[in-house]
Amino acid sequence: METLREFFSFSDPSIIAVTVGAVLLSASSAVVGTFTFLKKKALVGDAVAHSVLPGICLAFILTGTKNPLWLIIGAFITGWISLVIIDNVTLKTKIKEDTAIALILSVFFGIGILLLTNIQHSGNAAQTGLDSFLFGKAAALVGKDLIVFGMVAVILLATVALFFKELKLIAFDPNYAKALGVPVKAMDLLLTSLTVLAVVTGIQAVGVVLMAAMLITPAAAARFWTNDVRVMTFLAAIMSGFSGLSGAFVSYAAPAMPTGPWIVMIISAIALTSFFIAPTRGIISRSIQQRKLQRMIMDENLLKELYHLGEKDEDPYKARSLDEIIEERFFPKDRLKSALRRLKREGYLAKQNGDWKYTEAGKLKGQRVVKLHRLWELYLSKYMKIDPDHVHEDAETIEHIITPELEKRLEKMLEYPEMDPHEERIPY
Amino acid sequence: MDAFYIILTASLFAISCGLLGCFLVLRKMAMVGDAISHAVLPGIVIAFLLTGTRDSFEMIIGAALIGIFSTFLIEFFHNKAGLQTDAAIGVTFTWLFALGVILISVFAGQVDLDQECVLYGEIAYVPIDLWIGDDGTIFGPRALYVAAMTLIVNIAFIRIGFKQLHLTTFDPAFAATIGISVSLWNYLLMGAVSMTTVAAFDSVGAILVVALLVGPAAIAYLLTDRFQTMMMITVFVAIISSTLGYYLAVLVDGSIAGAIVTIIGILFGITFLFSPSNGVLMKKRLQRKEAQRLKAEAPLS
Amino acid sequence: MRIEAKEPVVEFHDLTVSYHKKPVLWNIDMTLPKGALVGIIGPNGAGKSTLIKSAMGLLPLASGYVKIFDEALDDVRHKVSYVPQRESVDWDFPTSVLDVVLMGRYAKLGLLSRPRKADKEMALNCLAKVGMEAYVNRQISQLSGGQQQRVFLARALAQEAELYFMDEPFAGVDAATEAAILAIMQEMTAQGKTVIVVHHDLQSAAEFFDWIVLLNMRLVASGPINKVFTNDMLQETYGGKLTVLAEVGELVRKRQIPSREKY
Repeated sequence: METLREFFSFSDPSIIAVTVGAVLLSASSAVVGTFTFLKKKALVGDAVAHSVLPGICLAFILTGTKNPLWLIIGAFITGWISLVIIDNVTLKTKIKEDTAIALILSVFFGIGILLLTNIQHSGNAAQTGLDSFLFGKAAALVGKDLIVFGMVAVILLATVALFFKELKLIAFDPNYAKALGVPVKAMDLLLTSLTVLAVVTGIQAVGVVLMAAMLITPAAAARFWTNDVRVMTFLAAIMSGFSGLSGAFVSYAAPAMPTGPWIVMIISAIALTSFFIAPTRGIISRSIQQRKLQRMIMDENLLKELYHLGEKDEDPYKARSLDEIIEERFFPKDRLKSALRRLKREGYLAKQNGDWKYTEAGKLKGQRVVKLHRLWELYLSKYMKIDPDHVHEDAETIEHIITPELEKRLEKMLEYPEMDPHEERIPY
Repeated sequence: MDAFYIILTASLFAISCGLLGCFLVLRKMAMVGDAISHAVLPGIVIAFLLTGTRDSFEMIIGAALIGIFSTFLIEFFHNKAGLQTDAAIGVTFTWLFALGVILISVFAGQVDLDQECVLYGEIAYVPIDLWIGDDGTIFGPRALYVAAMTLIVNIAFIRIGFKQLHLTTFDPAFAATIGISVSLWNYLLMGAVSMTTVAAFDSVGAILVVALLVGPAAIAYLLTDRFQTMMMITVFVAIISSTLGYYLAVLVDGSIAGAIVTIIGILFGITFLFSPSNGVLMKKRLQRKEAQRLKAEAPLS
Repeated sequence: MRIEAKEPVVEFHDLTVSYHKKPVLWNIDMTLPKGALVGIIGPNGAGKSTLIKSAMGLLPLASGYVKIFDEALDDVRHKVSYVPQRESVDWDFPTSVLDVVLMGRYAKLGLLSRPRKADKEMALNCLAKVGMEAYVNRQISQLSGGQQQRVFLARALAQEAELYFMDEPFAGVDAATEAAILAIMQEMTAQGKTVIVVHHDLQSAAEFFDWIVLLNMRLVASGPINKVFTNDMLQETYGGKLTVLAEVGELVRKRQIPSREKY
């Protein structure tokens, strides 16, 4: 707690630098990642992330310093080369994209490791801290590093803002974009460069190994909350920025901890939660919708059976006992009871001496289900030439989903028929 | 002798990975292999905390289960939440890998693993970690035995299930119609990949194991049109790159695993350009020759 | 129009099949006769391939069932063969023509056993039947479209089945291959085997088949060609688009309606 307060008081100016840096880096990679995600090229980011390692090492070997500008340039070059090779391998040989990505990713990383261990063994004192690129260290962001990385992040965000419309189009439908006169090739190139840049800056915070998460995970999480690309980009940036902030805190509170994994853990937790709880798209919401639907079907079936009973003795409003209903159609007793109570609450049924009877609204609803059922049976036999003895099952499902507009059209198409294929009256 | 032990261990692991890799490459599941190799990390750490040793049988099984669990998770996110496959892979393995690294940091005192070893292994220590019997007999490097066992299990698996693996890879729909369970064999293969990854983890680390899975198989794929030959070439490439890799590491004083992978990369580059049947340059030459032939045959105009 | 087969080998009973929760085949109910060369005809997106895939158990059924030789598929798998669309496999796969045909024998082999000499001879025989004996050791990546199709046919022959489902075997093949495949199919049906073919070309359909299934999301007609292959029926298959049906299908998908309710 104490450290938390200390951290957020920002009394130490270096905390501000680290925090601003981590948030900016995380948010900018999330923004770029949104577009690679939408282009279904999410794993390409993984390849780039691993491929910048040899660039960083080479830059260090050649210049002998850890000047961030050189490291960025080195990283940018090998990151780009890796993408060119992946494209060429997939295009010019029978090797498929997944193999090309996995191969280039691991080979570049292997070369990077070879160089890194070589540097470490060389005993060059300047090299300490180079390995923080593996798992990230937000706390290492100081002074001029921050200025360089921060600048790149700002350039990234500005470029995306400037070309937002075009990027959205090429991610969604490149052929249409071409038809509209958008320079698709140039935009692809731009997106690739942005990806490499995002990786190059992001690795300071999370490291090369887990950088892929910074590109993919925020976008995947944000996708569950919205269908609007603009909102999605924004959400991804906020979620990612928050995890960057947490990473900065971890870096401050527990300097021995690698920051990258923590940032990834937090953004992953956000994503996993989103997968489950997001409205409409989330797993829980989907299963709730399913249950609601099951209940609706049960209710409608129950009202329908009451109508059938009423048809038999020509008294729709007569009260019925549980056994009578079950005899007409089997329902498990506990479910039946809870459905009856529910329908009473909703004003479709009334209770009379322990038996159940229609209200007016209930009868109307039951009648409508029966009508839709018989209309659909008629449609199937008349338009789809299905024998009358094969249409019932299908109508059992469809009766629950026909909208009032479709109902009108069916009535009109079938010319307000009186009888269904089983010679049963269609009630209006 | 040390060099021999290291090269032999590396070769045995590389062969295991390569043989499984042949199937992964042809199934277009190389990135799933990548995901598994990362995702087993928390399993390794937890099993290590529970059993206290690095290469116990339980550990390999436990971590392998996590590998299968991760494939299941990828499919779950894809099917139940409607997440696109590439993103499902990306989210799953980074999350599990991050969890593993955090566990290592938290239990740093109790776990004999460090963050870097996770990435590229410590094959150089193979000759030091000996298997010593109760009566003090020295049987040789422990990792060597693990590598040999892994290879035996993998060869047995591929030998027994060859028809099923082969058919579900080439034509899964047809396989299903003759009663072969496509998903069963998929999970078995993923189980084998997980097990091998875990076994090889100590020596080559999480990311470099991907190169062993994919690299030799990809090289072999460019050199032949025959599956059995492809597996044979894979074995050959695995041995060559392990050997050359070791000496490269000695030469530049760097990580042996990194050097092995570098060699794989170089071999792939050579194959990509010069493979007689599929090399880019060879194809160009063929085209040029063909053009010349056509020109020569063309009637004078 | 639905004409029942006298000696049925396949029975579709009230079959509804959904793809991504959207019904693509509604209420298919028909029987197909033994020894017939059956053509399944219909426009794009009519669900032709879906129909045979669901018969082979490759797609889950939303409702209804398929019976083959009056039994469940699992009990008669060894008597049924399926030829997928040519594009469904990766022809860069490193394998030879003979290997592919030998796959047809896999069903008859145990877990450990490898193809024997007899299996090999059988495979060579089948390759000879489709006129591919010269290509036995050829890599499949070097085959033309027609040759690929012949190899698939040889693999099916090697299964020695009684009933064959073939998905677009005539798509994109040369005239010689077309004739060769047709001749083999006719020979098979003459031996009392049943061949069910998904086909998209109306013109040739009239010459090829003796039993026609007209499909457009629902069964329009099934019966002997002279009864079913009429202008009216074709008009109904290709002409009238059932917008109501399509809309209801879309509603089912949107609301994720379970295809068969519990209570």
